[in-house]
Amino acid sequence: MKYAIDEQGYYGAFGGAYIPEMLYANIQALKERYKELIREDAFNQELDQLLHDYVGRPSPLYYAARLSTHYNTRIYLKREDLNHTGAHKINNTIGQILLAQKMGKRRIIAETGAGQHGVATATVCALMGLECKVYMGAKDILRQSPNVARMRLLGAEVIPVHSGSETLKDATNEAIRDWISHPETTHYIIGSVVGPDPYPDMVAHFQSVISKEIRVQLQQHTGSPLPTAVIACVGGGSNAAGAFHHFLDEASVQLIAVEAAGKGLDTGYTAATMAQGSPGLIHGSRTYLMQSPDGQITEPYSISAGLDYPGIGPLHAHLYVSKRASYLQATDDEALQAAYRLMRLEGIIPALETAHALAVLEKESFMPDDKVVLCLSGRGDKDLETYIKHKDDEQD
Amino acid sequence: MNRIDCLFNTKKNRILSVYCTAGYPCLNSTVTVIKTLSEQGVDMIEIGIPFSDPVADGPVIQQSNTVALKNGMTLALLLEQLKEIRTVTSVPLILMGYLNPILQYGMEALLKQAKACGIDGLIIPDLPLREYEQAYQSLFAQYGIAMIFLITPQTAPERIREIDRLSTGFVYMVTAASTTGRQSSFTTQQTHYFEAIQKMDLRNPVLAGFGIHDHTGFHTVCQYVQGAIVGSGFIKAIATGGDAALQDTIPHFIKSLYS
Ligand SMILES: Cc1ncc(COP(=O)(O)O)c(C=O)c1O
Repeated sequence: MKYAIDEQGYYGAFGGAYIPEMLYANIQALKERYKELIREDAFNQELDQLLHDYVGRPSPLYYAARLSTHYNTRIYLKREDLNHTGAHKINNTIGQILLAQKMGKRRIIAETGAGQHGVATATVCALMGLECKVYMGAKDILRQSPNVARMRLLGAEVIPVHSGSETLKDATNEAIRDWISHPETTHYIIGSVVGPDPYPDMVAHFQSVISKEIRVQLQQHTGSPLPTAVIACVGGGSNAAGAFHHFLDEASVQLIAVEAAGKGLDTGYTAATMAQGSPGLIHGSRTYLMQSPDGQITEPYSISAGLDYPGIGPLHAHLYVSKRASYLQATDDEALQAAYRLMRLEGIIPALETAHALAVLEKESFMPDDKVVLCLSGRGDKDLETYIKHKDDEQD
Repeated sequence: MNRIDCLFNTKKNRILSVYCTAGYPCLNSTVTVIKTLSEQGVDMIEIGIPFSDPVADGPVIQQSNTVALKNGMTLALLLEQLKEIRTVTSVPLILMGYLNPILQYGMEALLKQAKACGIDGLIIPDLPLREYEQAYQSLFAQYGIAMIFLITPQTAPERIREIDRLSTGFVYMVTAASTTGRQSSFTTQQTHYFEAIQKMDLRNPVLAGFGIHDHTGFHTVCQYVQGAIVGSGFIKAIATGGDAALQDTIPHFIKSLYS
């Protein structure tokens, strides 16, 4: 595994655990327990069982015939939107809730942007009967209100965060502060491949089921487990990490990650970390982030709450500098158009995050017999208001 | 000898260190605050380098960081403001800041400038011990700047020894599992922890910080360790009235801690 994490918790020059001493003992205990548990058969059986019976895995790999005709290539959609709770996020929360349970934690905290991770966390907390607090930026609470209601119905407390840009970065800060104040009772379920070691590796591990299944399913569809390309959107980068994982060492497979360009790269309203960022530290990890020359973290912008984050997981920073994956960008408008196109061509309403991945099909050209796998990370129920509003604006 | 070591050699107890945020309440308050604090007889001053995402800090210090950044404070500007600081104070001065702004400035560049200004030590709460040891320890020694690490109630005894071994100047004992500025009075569990640290008889002096904001808190921790660091309480005390009020608010607050 050329792109695996090393013993010190780094992917090449990126990763590590840049945390205040208050979290050291927790992070250390988590790292040890995680490494033990993923080697235990009983743990893996319990995890697989829940993924199968509760989440509904394997998620289908669907040959999108009309979309394929439209782009004159072969496109396969990995249907993470069909998982219980409607996105890939639950793959990770199921894994982490089992871990938290084994560690004897009684209280769960999480941050959320789009609310998908918050819903997935609230769901597994209800499943296991654990107390759940979700931190969410005040701006995201407004734009993803259906998910706020879902979390509350599931018994979670949603705590609005008013600091900074009132989005995902600030919700993450607040969750970290909560953990500092409740180190003994609480497990923090981070929602993406970000944060201090072991989170990036752990979340990628729990998401890697995506590419594990793709290999088997593509073999059934086409007689070969290897696609020409895998495309996924990146906020922190967990669905991309999961979709790339089992192809990282397959040099023939092109890996394409798509960031949110917001209103455009040079407008000052963007969340395109690779395009606009530089190496530094965010949320305990050395990676790429958007920052001022003085090292202050920049407030990002994207129409999509799940991609509205100024950092990216350290694995992606490593894949970027080692040129193993390419990082492309899609604007708000390009994402919206791609979403409308998928609705009409395939009868699927994607999440706004996912729509960014779809937008790349307009820019990258593939050959007719290429096999392109696109990770359909989530469904768009939470985004209906945005879709309807922009459609109306277009028609006015 | 480093001013921090001098201080601990000559004064064994009731050491008061006060935390202020650079560029707060106004951009040019930094020097006034330092000068006024040392005129009031505080033993040491910790100058916070403002950061957009201070995860170990509670609402009061977060707010002061936000205001300072809005005022236009940067690490480069702070070092500019501190150029003549040794003409106004002789107390030990410590810079406290999160690692990212420091990395962007450059660790060695910072040490060099800090040395030139007469800064005595650094606190970087998110710098891992191992990285310090491998990448920076010899640089700190070369520039004669102390590196102060934190311990908390969750830090295991072997790790406290390790932190004590790597720290210079003093060890910063965080009083509770908490961000800055959170609590009011100490529980028996906390005083047991203070006692345990006292019994460990570390090679470095120990100062207690987080949640100490009045005479009682200061007095309590001084029974176990050499002194205390007061942050949020001070920031709150100087929050209103801008620059003009500092001549009143600072003496008033410091007197309330001592008496
Ligand atoms: C459907 C969906 N896709 C993607 C993301 C982005 O997260 P990540 O980059 O970790 O996959 C989110 C985050 O909320 C999401 O809800």
